[in-house]
Amino acid sequence: MSNVIKVELENGLVIHLKEIHTAPLISHWIWYRIGSRYEKPGKTGLSHWVEHMQFKGTPQYPAGFLDRAISRDGGMWNAFTYLDWTAYFETMPADKIVLAMHLEADRMVNSLFDPQEVESERTVIISEREGSENEPLFRLDEAIQMAAFDRHPYRYEVVGLKEDLYRIQRDDLYQHYRTYYAPNNAIVTVAGDFQTKEMLAQLREIYGNLKPSSLPEVHIESEPPLSEERNVEISGPGETTYLRVAYRAPAASDIDFFAFTVLDSILSGPASLNMFGGGGVSNKTSRLYRALVETELAVSVYGGLQATVDPFLYPITITIHPRQTAEAALSVLDREIQRLQQETVPEAEIQRAIKQARALFAYGSENITNQAFWLGYAEIFASYDWFVHYVQELEKVTQTDIQRIAQTYLQPFRRVVGIYRPTTPLGDRQ
Amino acid sequence: MKLTDFAHLKSLPGPEDTTRVVLPNGITVLARANYDSPSVVLNGYLTSGSMYDSDEKAGLAHFTASALMRGTQKRSFQQIFDALESVGASLGFGASVHNTSFGGRALVEDLPLLLELLAECLTEPVFPPEYVERLRAQHLAALAIRAQDTADMASLTFDRILFPDHPYGRSEEGYPETIQSITREDLLSFHQKHYGPRNMVIVIVGGIEPQVAVTQVQEKLGNWQNPNQAALPELPAIHPPEKMLRNHVHIPGKSQCDLVMGSLGPCRNSEDYLPASLGNNILGQFGMMGRIGNVVREQEGLAYYASTSLNAWIVGGSWEVSAGVNQTNLERAIELITKEIRRFITEPVSQEELEDSQSSFIGRLPLSLESNAGVAGALLNLERFGLGLDYLRRYPKMVAEVTSEMILEVARRYLDPERLVIAIAGTLNTAN
Repeated sequence: MSNVIKVELENGLVIHLKEIHTAPLISHWIWYRIGSRYEKPGKTGLSHWVEHMQFKGTPQYPAGFLDRAISRDGGMWNAFTYLDWTAYFETMPADKIVLAMHLEADRMVNSLFDPQEVESERTVIISEREGSENEPLFRLDEAIQMAAFDRHPYRYEVVGLKEDLYRIQRDDLYQHYRTYYAPNNAIVTVAGDFQTKEMLAQLREIYGNLKPSSLPEVHIESEPPLSEERNVEISGPGETTYLRVAYRAPAASDIDFFAFTVLDSILSGPASLNMFGGGGVSNKTSRLYRALVETELAVSVYGGLQATVDPFLYPITITIHPRQTAEAALSVLDREIQRLQQETVPEAEIQRAIKQARALFAYGSENITNQAFWLGYAEIFASYDWFVHYVQELEKVTQTDIQRIAQTYLQPFRRVVGIYRPTTPLGDRQ
Repeated sequence: MKLTDFAHLKSLPGPEDTTRVVLPNGITVLARANYDSPSVVLNGYLTSGSMYDSDEKAGLAHFTASALMRGTQKRSFQQIFDALESVGASLGFGASVHNTSFGGRALVEDLPLLLELLAECLTEPVFPPEYVERLRAQHLAALAIRAQDTADMASLTFDRILFPDHPYGRSEEGYPETIQSITREDLLSFHQKHYGPRNMVIVIVGGIEPQVAVTQVQEKLGNWQNPNQAALPELPAIHPPEKMLRNHVHIPGKSQCDLVMGSLGPCRNSEDYLPASLGNNILGQFGMMGRIGNVVREQEGLAYYASTSLNAWIVGGSWEVSAGVNQTNLERAIELITKEIRRFITEPVSQEELEDSQSSFIGRLPLSLESNAGVAGALLNLERFGLGLDYLRRYPKMVAEVTSEMILEVARRYLDPERLVIAIAGTLNTAN
């Protein structure tokens, strides 16, 4: 990966560059180490709301100016707030990208947070949350996270609790913004059609003069292990029962993460690393699909390990067959997990998981936005090397590793079992 | 970008770098190489869509498509997916109104496998009885989930009211009672009557020599014949709504309502399409969801999303505004959207707005075509709507020639603020 370089400017800004000359495009990202992980009870949802306010303008670039400029040039831009990070990106024709850099440098410090705009955005965000509340799995997820963590901020959804969304004021948002939006808390990643030397000089000129801030010491309470299985049940409209079983998982930087990834692929199917394009591979030959869907206990099953800074969750989500129960599906899930704990996984199954990962990796590399995404995402929880060596690390995983992961992590006392039960009486069902 | 500065668009797919071959049995193959890529994308369709469904068996085309991979004369369901998943490849089928579509992806070395599975599933599916039943349960579960999805239900209701007695107004996935009534014999018979090589299109894009791709298709599908393949049906005429038509689907226990409102739009081949498409961009897409996003989200904070879409098909289309709003804001949102539609048909868009959208349409071509999937999707559309292999090269000039008068004219032709279809799905609060 000689075409990737990493530089740290004097003000603490970390820059990652990757030249790719397959299309006349450049994708530029800025990542801040701020997300729900850094929030305090009573003020949940601050990071996500700040992200919304970042589209509301600065004295130099009023709201709408950049929407217009970027759209005019045929670019694409967006932002995401997650547990551990907030990221903004612009993908544009190569000769236009400098605009995006000026924009991001400007709104790192100069956003207005106009009080009227804050109020107008409050209802937009509540509307966003209410849209999610319409989904049974959002409500189940929220209940599971709350049960899985007693202290760690991962217990809250990124969007924040509704009561906090009513409570938060303009100054809370502005203070959060001024504290965490600083070059020494940010990573800039750029991938695409440029010359590294010129790009670096340009970035240095645009971002180099921003002042670092004194970041507060991050004190996040570590979460003690669960000591027994926890159960949550919620009910709501509909006819469909959902079972989601969430195990406490390792952090992405933990060496176990790779073996866990292979285990997940064998158990619930290959997971794609690609946020933009690439598509996925189906999971119909995975152990859980065979054990649950082929036997008509469920109509679908999927799992997914997430790469996070602190240990988060490994959820397995099962949509129960209309004529079956969550309890029946759970006992089969337990049987499959015991099999992983007690029996050695055939080497061929491991090799298959690795080939799948290699293919998914190849699909994602076509897309420049995806490439720049990975430059930053991996850096947040480990380093870009994590991504570069991803397939090689998977290749090292052994049968013993898989068994050890199953025995260590997939224990009933490490999990929350969540069930969504529909309230529509059977007789009224279609 | 100057609107006349099209030089950098020379790298777009065009006639001299896209291979197009019609096989003797009627299959059209399009192929384009991208030697930077270690993988290939395969897309295509047959003309066996839900337009052939009866009202009683709505969902039959979709059911048939979804059952193709459940077993063939050579392989069982598990063998099919074992072959695919073992090499990290994917393949899937689905039905829309006009077409049964397929899409797949594999590393270059696995393209022969992908084509072999495609050919088997298309030409010799066996529809094993136990899998038909298993699929039925899965479809019914999906329909039960759909019945709880406010966005899906608003959209379904909108189509039903806008296109009465027309395949465009009927759900491709069917309804619980129609899915219950479909038998294995229905699937077999649908497959025999409607699956065939005539009018079929396959697109292959990726790290492979186009001629090699064509030869591989010829090997796997060149001998396919179906003398019983039915002719394309005549679809009923489409008429605009004669008055305001409003419907609210009550779904209990929902925090938010989804709203879809609008009317007819042009078909894809119509000369109205490009002016309507640019107008649609101004009305509800450009920047942060255009004029409607600006009023509903940015100014009044009523919704997280409020945007427009133009859906153009073979014999007609729809022009829709969608938004997700709390029920207390519903009437205000409808009022604001109606006001914007009225303005849109009363006065021409400004020169500035027009140039913004023109520039955006031309400028976004490289981004939309950067990946194999993007190119394959574009080539498939060129073929489906008979636009010609030089379309992407002509496109910038065609976009630049659209005027604000042309947009006003098509807006008036399709949108009438006194005669809209308004569909809402969500919890109806009887206290209000």
